[in-house]
Amino acid sequence: TLCSHMRTLRVDSRTIYVGHRPCHDPEAFIPPKFCDNRIVSSKYTVWNFLPKNLFEQFRRIANFYFLIIFLVQVIVDTPTSPVTSGLPLFFVITVTAIKQGYEDWLRHKADNEVNKYLVTVLEDGQRMRKESEKIKVGDVVEVVEDETFPCDLVLLRSSREDETCFVTTASLDGESNHKTHYTVPDMEQDLLSLNATIECEQPQPDLYKFVGRMHMYRNNQESLGPENLLLKGATLKNTEKIYGVAVYSGMETKMALNYQGKSQKRSAVEKSINAFLLVYLCILVSKALVCTTLKYVWQSQPVFFSVPTEIGLKYNLMYLKMFTDFLSFMVLFNFIIPVSMYVTVEMQKFLGSFFISWDKDFFDPEIQEGALVNTSDLNEELGQVEYVFTDKTGTLTQNNMEFIECCIDGRQFVFHCCIPSLVLLVSVNPSPCGDNEKEELFLRALCLCHTVQVKEPAGREDGLGGAPGDQVDGVLGQDGAKCHPAELRGFIASSPDEVALVIGAMKYGFTFLGMESNSMKVMNRNNEVETYQLLHVLNFDPVRRRMSVIVRSKSGDTMLFCKGADSSIFPRVRQHEVERIRMHVERNATEGYRTLCVAYKLLKPEEYALVDTELREARLSLQDREDKLLKVYNQVEDNMSLIGATAVEDRLQEEAAETMEALQGAGMRVWVLTGDKMETAKSTCYACRLFQRGTELLELTVRTLEDGGRNREDRLHELLLDYHKRAVQDAPPVKAGVTRSGQSPGDYGFIIDGATLSLVLNSSTDSDCYKTLFLKICQNCTSVLCCRMAPLQKAQIVKLVKCSKGSPITLSIGDGANDVSMILEAHVGIGIKGKEGRQAVRNSDYAIPKLKHLKKLLLAHGHLYYVRIAHLVQYFFYKNLCFILPQFLYQFFCGYSQQPLYDAAYLTMYNICFTSMPILAYSLVEQHICMEALLENAALYRDVAKNAMLRWGPFSYWTLLGVYQGLLFFFGVRFLFGNPALQDNGQVFGNWSYGTIVFTVLVFTVTLKLALDTRYWTWVNHFVIWGSLAFYTFFSFFWGGIIWPFLRQQRLYFVFANMLSSVAAWLVIILLIILSLLPEILLQVLRKPRGTHSRQVLHTHTHTHTDRYYPHKHTHTHRHTHTHTHTHRQVLPPQTHRHTDTHTDRYYPHTHTHTHTHRQVPHTDRYYPHTHTQTGTTHRQVLPPHTHTDRYHTHTHTHTHTHTDGHRQVIILANKSLVKRTSL
Amino acid sequence: MPKKELETANRPDNTAFTQQRLPAWQPILSAGIVIPGFVLIGLAFIGIGVALFLTSRNITVLEMDYTGVETTSDCYKCSAGTLPNCVCNLYFTLNETFPGTVYFYYGLSNYFQSYRKFGASRDDNQLSGDTYYFTSPLAVCTPYQYDVNNNPIVPCGISANSMFNDTFNLYQLVNGSKTVPLDGRGIAWWSDYNIKFRNPTSDPLRNAFNGTVKPPFWSKPVFELDLTDKSNNGFLNQDFLVWMRRAALPNFRKLYRRITGPDYASGLPPGNYTIEIAYNYPVMSFNGRKKVVLSNVSWMGGKNDFLGVAYLVVGSLCIVMSMVMLIVYAKFKFPDDV
Repeated sequence: TLCSHMRTLRVDSRTIYVGHRPCHDPEAFIPPKFCDNRIVSSKYTVWNFLPKNLFEQFRRIANFYFLIIFLVQVIVDTPTSPVTSGLPLFFVITVTAIKQGYEDWLRHKADNEVNKYLVTVLEDGQRMRKESEKIKVGDVVEVVEDETFPCDLVLLRSSREDETCFVTTASLDGESNHKTHYTVPDMEQDLLSLNATIECEQPQPDLYKFVGRMHMYRNNQESLGPENLLLKGATLKNTEKIYGVAVYSGMETKMALNYQGKSQKRSAVEKSINAFLLVYLCILVSKALVCTTLKYVWQSQPVFFSVPTEIGLKYNLMYLKMFTDFLSFMVLFNFIIPVSMYVTVEMQKFLGSFFISWDKDFFDPEIQEGALVNTSDLNEELGQVEYVFTDKTGTLTQNNMEFIECCIDGRQFVFHCCIPSLVLLVSVNPSPCGDNEKEELFLRALCLCHTVQVKEPAGREDGLGGAPGDQVDGVLGQDGAKCHPAELRGFIASSPDEVALVIGAMKYGFTFLGMESNSMKVMNRNNEVETYQLLHVLNFDPVRRRMSVIVRSKSGDTMLFCKGADSSIFPRVRQHEVERIRMHVERNATEGYRTLCVAYKLLKPEEYALVDTELREARLSLQDREDKLLKVYNQVEDNMSLIGATAVEDRLQEEAAETMEALQGAGMRVWVLTGDKMETAKSTCYACRLFQRGTELLELTVRTLEDGGRNREDRLHELLLDYHKRAVQDAPPVKAGVTRSGQSPGDYGFIIDGATLSLVLNSSTDSDCYKTLFLKICQNCTSVLCCRMAPLQKAQIVKLVKCSKGSPITLSIGDGANDVSMILEAHVGIGIKGKEGRQAVRNSDYAIPKLKHLKKLLLAHGHLYYVRIAHLVQYFFYKNLCFILPQFLYQFFCGYSQQPLYDAAYLTMYNICFTSMPILAYSLVEQHICMEALLENAALYRDVAKNAMLRWGPFSYWTLLGVYQGLLFFFGVRFLFGNPALQDNGQVFGNWSYGTIVFTVLVFTVTLKLALDTRYWTWVNHFVIWGSLAFYTFFSFFWGGIIWPFLRQQRLYFVFANMLSSVAAWLVIILLIILSLLPEILLQVLRKPRGTHSRQVLHTHTHTHTDRYYPHKHTHTHRHTHTHTHTHRQVLPPQTHRHTDTHTDRYYPHTHTHTHTHRQVPHTDRYYPHTHTQTGTTHRQVLPPHTHTDRYHTHTHTHTHTHTDGHRQVIILANKSLVKRTSL
Repeated sequence: MPKKELETANRPDNTAFTQQRLPAWQPILSAGIVIPGFVLIGLAFIGIGVALFLTSRNITVLEMDYTGVETTSDCYKCSAGTLPNCVCNLYFTLNETFPGTVYFYYGLSNYFQSYRKFGASRDDNQLSGDTYYFTSPLAVCTPYQYDVNNNPIVPCGISANSMFNDTFNLYQLVNGSKTVPLDGRGIAWWSDYNIKFRNPTSDPLRNAFNGTVKPPFWSKPVFELDLTDKSNNGFLNQDFLVWMRRAALPNFRKLYRRITGPDYASGLPPGNYTIEIAYNYPVMSFNGRKKVVLSNVSWMGGKNDFLGVAYLVVGSLCIVMSMVMLIVYAKFKFPDDV
């Protein structure tokens, strides 16, 4: 009956015969076919490498274009030999193929390591050693401790007595805690005689989902869930060995399904390149068209000699001839789009990305890791970010939870850490004593309602392990001595909140001792161990926003403990209990704490029996299991009684506020997208200075919607219009990119929650209208806070902004799995190597250890990368334009015969050798403004915002420059050749001399143009710039100095040497180079104010001077930061005042520029409202009298600051350290 | 200490390069540098410009068209190209001495030596004396690779075939006519004459050319170009070398002779002269022009006003710009320009 049932299976499930043993009916047994257990991450094999790789490479438009050009050169009679374009193309293709081949070889190696690994398989009662790749679905596999599972297994037997095993999934999702997995219940002891089938869903990538059923011979059924499934890639821990049956193998394992490639992100720069490319293609085609047309016009006139091949063709062939002529011109001018540009851009990106991973400022000593670059394609995008979407927990905050206080039955308790007292609970409100029972119930709830595990090895090694009694003593002993025994106890949980709560409970005297065979042990205040049988765990999920446990105490009471967000608990408890606690919860939330409410419910035996069956049934169902479970959960978690609430503090990340401030100063808009509740998130925003005192908050939440007591939709409509009026229409026109200078009057913050957002996005009427209104309001606000967001909603918001007008560049930063969707959605995804596993990091484009690193990543690295690559691209187009333009002009002087102006060697080498290295070096090391200045002055980021350097304006400037220089090169030499007798012996120069002079001017000009643009001359720049010029000269001598046997025509023989022997040639070269660069020099001088600005910033930071009499060099940096520190929470951002004074020393001539940065924090005191009145202007007017001595290397700086309020401050500095500060 | 090792393994190298802190020179083009720089460049350019301009001014050039377009011209009779071995004369008078060594050029206009097919149609292997290529010239020489009888042409190709073949003799008209000796040596590039072009090693030279034919437009084979001077014969004939160096532009001149005779070494004295032209080269069909140019040269080569003027203009431009900048800066004062 079983088998007949099996045959009617739905297609979306698979059946596995454990140990390949069919059920009773052997005839009906058709062994199902599954893929083998080989992991193939490699792309190629030895045989298909060449065709497949070539195919993939030529799918790229650029490569394909160059291939076509090459083929045209081979087929059609063209002026240049196929070598000129074939060689570079071959080079590029080969290098790429080698790189990809090498990467694939590495993948092969890694695959083999996994596939050839020997595992033990039970086969017909024998233990067989097999290579991992030979495992078939249905095999029973043995895995011993610390081995990784070779495929996805359903756990059949464990060596542990409690039928569990521990697993860590660090390599899968980064969570290093030990997860408990369970054997199939009611398992037969003898695996060899086990006759069973497993029916489970088809492979799917979700790591945390698995639905199946096991049918055993004895005709009982057991449901299987993710807790029974051991995933390939996970490691067995704390368990001697296990047996499991393979259910998914090879490429069908969840690990393999999860490692499929992400979609490629393309940067805006790449789009600009493509646009420019199109322009240049048009130029190319029109040049070729012009030349072809003119050629035939010209040929219709009498020509200089009669070449039978050229003219007199029959008319039907004429068109073909015209076409080949056209192609021929295309080939001649094709250098305008060089292969090498793509290579250089790729190299720049690849090599440039190392600077991020190399940066020691990104190194975090805590986790011993630096930044990680997952893609190098987006480096420059980091300099273009307009919108930053940040997660709150773990990103803005540390995700390092600390239990702050709790509120039990309306009374507030604060834990005083370091007061050693027996009574650990300090009641703030004098309470009507007694009611100890409630307290204890609350603490028991905290101890029981969680999924925390106790880290076992620590206990064992200390010799405390073994019997729980010992452990108790040990903990107790330490507990008295230290305040934070958490480190010693070692709790592991997927959520840090839970750990914080358990530790909190421990501080109050209730210690969770761990799980033992399905029962939880708790030590109460009287050092008695209480045991509770764990009946059910109603897991946490973001929709319910709560979790529950059902336990049975020794006395036989069945209890349900539930904890969760206030919004999800309050409706489910008796209403009269709510009010007292709601007040506390709200106050805590405003303080920025994360709050959780705890409720409980006593279940009567018959009630429990019902719940138990329902839960089991729901878990067993194959279809809609989630929905059914949710229904049961909702049913159970109702009508509870509220015991209390907890407040857990999540501290702000280091420098979170400074980072946010810098980002806003750089013109970025920061949106906080969090799943947390509004009050908590809002206070975090205040703490991060995203919202300020003057910020007018526009709230669009469920609460404001329900205020009017009217239809939600109407209210939404009304509010949206109102906000739109305030923030968009009435607001003073905001200049692009400029959002905040101090506190402008029109400073708005917008708050929306998940429910309202879905209302806005999915509204039945005018949804588009709402969407645009919403977007417009948000875009006019300085900061936006979206709270109570589901992961998918986060991505929705990102997408909304991404696709809005002007398609701004978005950046998402987050640390958890719930941020993955928005990280993938945004243009740039940043992962934080935080505490919530590695999923965000794995899916990100860049990963950094801390939020504070974002500032340098964007403001310094991003800015520099953008400037570098933008310059690289523009320069490449420019240098090829002025390279090819003379060749085009020459067509007018050679009868449109496709005569190249330059020798083939020059044509080939120009982009590869003569001009490629300087620009590559430039694009790797250039710092037009030094990093400190970029970090110090965030506004500099706005200079490059919105693709400023690659818009049509700069592009046409570069193009015009190229045209100007190209014209100059050609016609300068043309006028010189009005009389070709250029040597003092009366001999004349020919066409190759002409080309060589033009080419020499060209190479020198474009290289020197780059030299003019270089602001940061390291030895690398010197080496490549002067080296390139020297190489060109050397090469030309060499190329023209030898009769090359393989050349058919020695066209350039002695041309270069002869050219140099002519004074006129020298003079024209110098003249043309200088004339070409004149406008550039002029422009740079006229652009002076910007240059000064950056230099000033630059000089204030490092200042080097040499002493004439005591020769020494020292660099000293002065930065005084005056910070008013207040013990209470500062809500407002600091205002920074800078003033600069310059003075010259008479005896030791040098100039000092000192900048004093006063970071003053205006603040409001909640309790004693007052304001600081010192403002930037009064500050600046008072320049400090200044003394400066320089004797024997000792510097003493005395700064006297006189403030308007009469308060004087004298600061004495010796060298770098502050010696004395006196306030008068 | 494994922990320590791990730390050093993970920690990024703290070097100037990896941290992007290489010591660097950070130049700023400030007015303080640019204005004096412009003045200096301007002055230097004006100096060079004046020198060039004066030099160019001092070069004497005499240019005469002898195509014979006008009916008054003596060469009119030859221009139709119907008369074989047509000879015409070109008279000119020098009122003062033509100073220095005088260079005799011929010039062609509207003649596209720079045409691609023209330049490509030659076989450098032949010209370097490789006799293998005498029997089988390169295909690029088409249509002058083989003649109608399938005999290989040496030197093959359009370039060689179209060699300029007018010849000139210069006479001073004093007591009848006195030949002004024209020196044909040293008119071609040294490298062409000594390295790039080689005659086949055979004596007599003609033996190497057995089985080959002369280019169809030529009146005599290459080994008979100059029977009087062995070193000027064959591929080493300097007129041939000069022709084979392609001109860059359609209006060009090529060096024909130098006047180095004992009486004329320091210039042509005043008087009447005639150039006797053997008019062979047809140019009328493509509207071309032929001329002779007498010129002396200086350190900068032949007469070329462009360079001097360009230098003067750019030099003055620099001065003017520096003045403008000076005014701008004086007015708006950039305090940090020290």
